Amino acid sequence: MSDKGTRPAWLSRLASWDAAVIVITVVVLVIASGTVENFGTSRNFTFLLLDLLPIALVALPMTFVIVTGEIDLSVASTLGLTSAVMGDLWDKGMTIESIMPLCVVLGAVLGALNGFFVTVLKLPSLAVTIGTLALYRGLAFVVLGDNAVADFPRAYTTWVTGTIGGGPIPNLLIPLVVLALVFGLVLHATPVGRAVFAAGAGEQAARFAGIRVGRLKFWLYVVSGAVAGLAGVLWTLRYSSARADNGSGLELAVVAAVLLGGVSIFGGKGTLPGVLAGVVLLGTLQNALRLQDVSNEALNIVTGALLIISVLLPNIVTRTRAHLGRRATT
Amino acid sequence: MNATEVAAPAPREARAPGGRSVFGTVFKARESGIVLALIVLVAFTATQNSRFLSGQSIRDILLGTAILAVLAVGQAIVMITRNIDLSVGSVLGLSAFAVGSLLREHQGLPVIVALLGGLAVGAVCGLLNGVLVRFGQVPALVVTLGTLYAYRGVVYFWAGGQQINADRLPGSFLSFGHESILDIPWLVLIAVIVLVVAGIVLRNYRAGRELYAMGSSPQAAELAGIKVGRNMIAAFVVSGALAGVAGVLFAARFGTIDAAAGTGYELNVVAAAVVGGVAVFGGSGSVWGAGLGALLLTVIGSALAVLDINQFWQQAIVGALILLAIGADRLVAVRVAKALKKRASHV
Repeated sequence: MSDKGTRPAWLSRLASWDAAVIVITVVVLVIASGTVENFGTSRNFTFLLLDLLPIALVALPMTFVIVTGEIDLSVASTLGLTSAVMGDLWDKGMTIESIMPLCVVLGAVLGALNGFFVTVLKLPSLAVTIGTLALYRGLAFVVLGDNAVADFPRAYTTWVTGTIGGGPIPNLLIPLVVLALVFGLVLHATPVGRAVFAAGAGEQAARFAGIRVGRLKFWLYVVSGAVAGLAGVLWTLRYSSARADNGSGLELAVVAAVLLGGVSIFGGKGTLPGVLAGVVLLGTLQNALRLQDVSNEALNIVTGALLIISVLLPNIVTRTRAHLGRRATT
Repeated sequence: MNATEVAAPAPREARAPGGRSVFGTVFKARESGIVLALIVLVAFTATQNSRFLSGQSIRDILLGTAILAVLAVGQAIVMITRNIDLSVGSVLGLSAFAVGSLLREHQGLPVIVALLGGLAVGAVCGLLNGVLVRFGQVPALVVTLGTLYAYRGVVYFWAGGQQINADRLPGSFLSFGHESILDIPWLVLIAVIVLVVAGIVLRNYRAGRELYAMGSSPQAAELAGIKVGRNMIAAFVVSGALAGVAGVLFAARFGTIDAAAGTGYELNVVAAAVVGGVAVFGGSGSVWGAGLGALLLTVIGSALAVLDINQFWQQAIVGALILLAIGADRLVAVRVAKALKKRASHV
């Protein structure tokens, strides 16, 4: 972090890239409401939020993981495997009340396996999670094959797709807001959060400062897996369909949103409000384009391009600033 | 991590200068492990079902390996420079669709033009990857994850839901996908040529050695006067160009091309390279290993079918193999680092 003013670190970050993303998001929302037909309707607003939910949910722990300088590409496969297991257990006659916590635990176990490889065997997280991306998705297909399990209890599926008092705000926004607050507070106002930033800024220094970097990262992977498992449960209930390919490609959207929100892929930098703005920006653009009959697949271009721009832009901004700063001092 | 970076390249690359025999090169450490695994797998599967060693089955395995091996060679080159190219599956799809459309309009075009066309499409994609990584100073992982989706998006946009069927493609092109010369299928011949040329350049030429130096330590390579940035872009261009060639081979073999052609290939390609002993940390590995990795993955796929095991196991096995391979690599690196330390303390 270059600017070492009297302001706390998170505030100075917020004053730059993150703030810009929030402003851009608001601008895009306004323009889309004005120009895209049906975008501003409350019905579309509900769908937009529902589509954002899994991305936002998984992005919360992903922010922590990327701030420590690691990555977890296996989240979407974890979601798929939990969904497949959920369908299989439901098919075998287990009650939904016992299946759901079991799925979250399963996600945590899958995350722990990632954490084990990364922190105990000290393997690069990129390679590990590419491996588990394939492994978990493969296991999902082993569990459920091409089948889909659909007949989940109505009480749950209608609550998950329902809105608060029939208004535009989905019920699911409540747990998301609660979780976002918890994750935000932990990241920006607790020793754990400071340890996360320290580990990402310089692992060796963090270790000398008494932070158990390995243990910290291990638990971040566990949390990442557990949240992906929860996302798997909610995904299954929202579409009333447990499928092995549920959530395919979601890891891209999540990583794109996190980087778009100003988190540095090199670790050590980022804020949760910025990430949430990144999630909303990405979702809004996709939603608006979809309403204009841009095909789902062509949206890939937008997501991919956004991902690249979001890593390039902060770099360019920092370099331009450094350049200007040098000119100012000399 | 530090120990790996310093130690990993030493044992596998510091080969005796005189040891140029094919056996000496191929059957070293990791490569010999894969060969052993292959032999066991083939022997076991053959005892369960003799169909596995029939001419047709071997032909299918070789044709499948050819496409994967061409991709894996490019991936190995990029990974040796401590980068990664996740966009290869999408580049394959783009090139296959581009060449398919071209041949549909111009039935008389010779096969070599198709190959060069695919190569050009792929090279442009690779150049874009390389330039973004080089001048954006961002990890190749993020850039190529982005272009993986962007290039695929371009194919979908272009295809617009239609697919190119075999009956619209010229017969000469389709027969190129099936016919052999001297009993060797064209596709296999091309893969072997790619392997041999890349293998020799990497091993014996300055340009190839520079890539290893960059992967072992980018800073040291820079100090040694190696044009790191330029070489890296070149590695991405080669990887893209080979993915483009693979797209043409894909089109010729399957005849039917839709916008999803090659989806998910990047996983198998990275797996082939990693399983073949190419380190994700850069600086070590060989294209021979990557080729063997491609062969192993293809054999596993067809063994599962022959053994009547659920094909869905294949992806899980690919994932498990990646984890196993990087784990084994780590183990070797740690051992070597210890051995080197011991030797150094005695001097």
